[in-house]
Amino acid sequence: MRIVVVGAGIVGAACARALTGAGFDVTVLERGAVAGGTSSSCEGNLLVSDKTPGPELDLAVLASTRWPQLAVELKDQLGDTFPSIEYEPKGGIVVAYSSAGADALLTFAETQRQAGVRARTITPEEALELEPHLNPQIAAAVHYPDDAQVQPTIAVEALLASARKAGASVRTGERVVGALRDASGDRIVGVHTDHADHAADAVVNAAGPWAGEVAALLGAPVPVLPRFGMVLVTPRMSHRVFHKVYDADYVGATQSGDADLQTSAVVESTAAGTVLIGSSRQRVGFDDRLDVRVIAQIAAKAIALFPFLEQAQVMRTFGGFRPYMPDHLPVIGPDHRVAGLYHVTGHEGAGIGLSVVSADILLAQLTQAVAPLDPTPFALNRATLAPHLKDAA
Amino acid sequence: MSARAVPPAQDPVRPHPAAAVEIEFEGRTYRGVLGQSIAGILLANDVVDWRTTSVHQSPRGLFCGIGVCFDCVVTVDGVSDVRACQRRVRGGEHVERQHISPPSPSQEH
Amino acid sequence: MAEVDVLIIGAGPAGLAAATSARRAGATVRVLEASDESGGQFWRHLPATRPAGDEQRLHHQWQRYQQFRSAVDADPALTLDVGAHVWAIEHRDDGVRVNVVYGDVDGTGRRRESVTANGLILATGAHDRALPVPGWTLPGVVTAGAAQAMAKGERIAIGERVVIAGAGPFLFPVTDSVQKSASTVVGVYEAARIRRLARHWLTRPWELRSATSKMAEFAAYVGIHLRGRIPYRPGWGVVAINGTDRVESATVARLDEQWRPVAGTERTVPCDAVCLGHGFTPRLELAIAAGCGLSRDRFVTVDDGQRTSVPSVFAAGEITGIGGVDLALAEGEIAGWVAAGGAPSDSQLVAAVRARAAFTRFARRIADAHRIGSGWTDWLEPSTMVCRCEEVDYGTLLAVRRDTESVGLRSLKLTTRAGLGLCQGRICGRSVECILATDGVGFADGASTDRRPIAAPIRLGELSRPPNFVDDDDQSTTTSEGKSV
Repeated sequence: MRIVVVGAGIVGAACARALTGAGFDVTVLERGAVAGGTSSSCEGNLLVSDKTPGPELDLAVLASTRWPQLAVELKDQLGDTFPSIEYEPKGGIVVAYSSAGADALLTFAETQRQAGVRARTITPEEALELEPHLNPQIAAAVHYPDDAQVQPTIAVEALLASARKAGASVRTGERVVGALRDASGDRIVGVHTDHADHAADAVVNAAGPWAGEVAALLGAPVPVLPRFGMVLVTPRMSHRVFHKVYDADYVGATQSGDADLQTSAVVESTAAGTVLIGSSRQRVGFDDRLDVRVIAQIAAKAIALFPFLEQAQVMRTFGGFRPYMPDHLPVIGPDHRVAGLYHVTGHEGAGIGLSVVSADILLAQLTQAVAPLDPTPFALNRATLAPHLKDAA
Repeated sequence: MSARAVPPAQDPVRPHPAAAVEIEFEGRTYRGVLGQSIAGILLANDVVDWRTTSVHQSPRGLFCGIGVCFDCVVTVDGVSDVRACQRRVRGGEHVERQHISPPSPSQEH
Repeated sequence: MAEVDVLIIGAGPAGLAAATSARRAGATVRVLEASDESGGQFWRHLPATRPAGDEQRLHHQWQRYQQFRSAVDADPALTLDVGAHVWAIEHRDDGVRVNVVYGDVDGTGRRRESVTANGLILATGAHDRALPVPGWTLPGVVTAGAAQAMAKGERIAIGERVVIAGAGPFLFPVTDSVQKSASTVVGVYEAARIRRLARHWLTRPWELRSATSKMAEFAAYVGIHLRGRIPYRPGWGVVAINGTDRVESATVARLDEQWRPVAGTERTVPCDAVCLGHGFTPRLELAIAAGCGLSRDRFVTVDDGQRTSVPSVFAAGEITGIGGVDLALAEGEIAGWVAAGGAPSDSQLVAAVRARAAFTRFARRIADAHRIGSGWTDWLEPSTMVCRCEEVDYGTLLAVRRDTESVGLRSLKLTTRAGLGLCQGRICGRSVECILATDGVGFADGASTDRRPIAAPIRLGELSRPPNFVDDDDQSTTTSEGKSV
């Protein structure tokens, strides 16, 4: 069975690997370069800590067990000379500095525990033991041992290298411009690009924030929109941040649909020794021009969390577009309007972490097997998406 | 064979006497003149490396001399990542070699 | 409303020429210079604390520079801010905004400012292009520009026996400066072969008539070589640098037309310093941040008025093409006049326009004669560092490209770490691109190592504090910490 995957970011790469692993003939079409979009403009979060109990958290909990297996699989498959995906099960620590923030955080953590997440409420002293350089005025702190990090660009390259070994074809610089439909018009039988026609038994839209554009070109609009975020990178420094650490504000930011600028402090080290500092959320379309006001806010909040950062330099910045759905849940599965078309997108700020389990769900759907998680909440025809979903052309 | 300051008596530009300054680096005091950069004072004393790289632990000192390569960075009075070739000495600076080891991966909790 | 009519970034020859020209046209002018002295690289000089009787012996056109300094000092409508670090330019819907931080290079607690102007002139210059060579990370290996900066700016000799290697006429003044610093240049190795040099330097001799000053300069350099018995070897290059903790010798070899080392011609030259200078890379990051379009050759495109593709943004000097001081002065003069409201056809610019044409032709000769040959990678070994900051070697670059089959520069950078260190690809970027571009085909993601939204490091503490917005309505914040020169 031939599959065309549109998009060579983390989701497209994860789908390509899962599908070739099951014996499908996969062609990945990428209009630019592999990992050229959001996947190379993010931090590589694999988090359970920031998700409200619900289907997305369930996905994240599953992902947290899948990634360490994947890291070993990829290393075995690709060998020691292939760059490491830097999978690090470092754990996360969420801190609140106000009593209101503390209340919200502790309540939230309790709901997560009910949902099966390891969320350890710790004392300020314990928090400072884990993170000695934290601002000590801690009102509340929760430790999430199952948060992890990966180097996202290398993860994409590794997933695709693995898929290539299993026979996947990856075509870069090739842009999808339309769908090939069967005589009835109700089934997609391939895609038309600026280079060639590719016949396929199924087409997977994994174009991230551009999945809306691709879906429209394929005649099956999907309301995924970009939410822009910036990250600051420091020079390499002595190791002073040991987990992914963020202000309890961050949870509020990920769950909201507010159009205005939202910033919250998220700080972590990388294997290279730099410190990544986020984060911001803005609905500015695809405008990634530098806005100093945004990074200034990020800087201020980061210093409030880790006072030593006052002296750290900003060496570079990058920004990426998170693909989000209006109801803040990803789409994984068939398009009910067009047979043969599948969408795996809308993961907002959790794409890296949720990519692989999303691909596993897609695989189950394509093979009529039992999915590792009930895919119903992620269906395109869910009630909460209906007001935003247009008819297919 | 060494790096050094042009001896004033032999210098074709005929320098006037200049005020002396000192910096401290790796337990030693180095003398220079007001107006020299940290790199200039170190080179005048035939110190050609003042940084150690993270991965290969290689010695580095001056490379581009104009502030674009960042090879020459040192810690000055506790502040890191200062380009030695661009920072003029005021006198009394405590200069430290930067050698930053990459972090070891954290253990799972 | 903007604070000044014309804002200029860079106080080298192009910036100074633009500043005085804009003043002559009646504009108010502010110049931002990151260093604590004006002059750029060409007029890199001793600081005020180190006066000398005969400093002009180290310089060319010194009187011209002194005229600029006097003009700056005497003119209250021309402000020169030194220690002014432009760390970012925003190009938003409401125009171009220049973000500055004032104080020491890599300082802390510096004051931040956000500036707009009616006209912005970018004169950010260039830096040396030094191709990677085995052993080039040894202490004692510096760029040609570093030897100059140390000799002219600090009276420091980087070594006693110095090898100078690379390509281009810049090797001559570097030799001169090093010789005047109580050091011996043991040899100058120019990669371009004699036939190529003759082809590009000796043809159309009538064009060189308008560049007579350069010919006189060249004759002087010939004299220096003859008197000092300094070998000048066209068609030769340094292919390895040797030593344990510092430079002890250089291996030189003949190069073929494509700059590939010719086997069997290697010789060892004992030395304690090596200067590498294979041409120049323009400093484009601020132009890119401002939205300026670039040519295929990767310079800022400008029209006859030095206008870039962005309204009210101008460019002059090396960022429009590597052409040396005379071209920079001509372009600067034109940019300043036009930014102040004049026209390129105005009679006041006739001489500058003529000079620009003449020295543009001169610059093309240099580019043709000394163009980097594609075979230079032959002298690399797998263990040769290509990215100095992140210690990424040649073998790693090739292996990652092979194993990932990547054609995306962004992905390759993030996967190899090349270009991700403190220098943000300034030194290695062009070389990394050469090495990683598959068979001369460009990268599929349109990425470039010239793009750096953060143009200079800023401390988080500095960034977190609100800037003093500078405009007509806010007089109280207009005092700048820099002094005029």
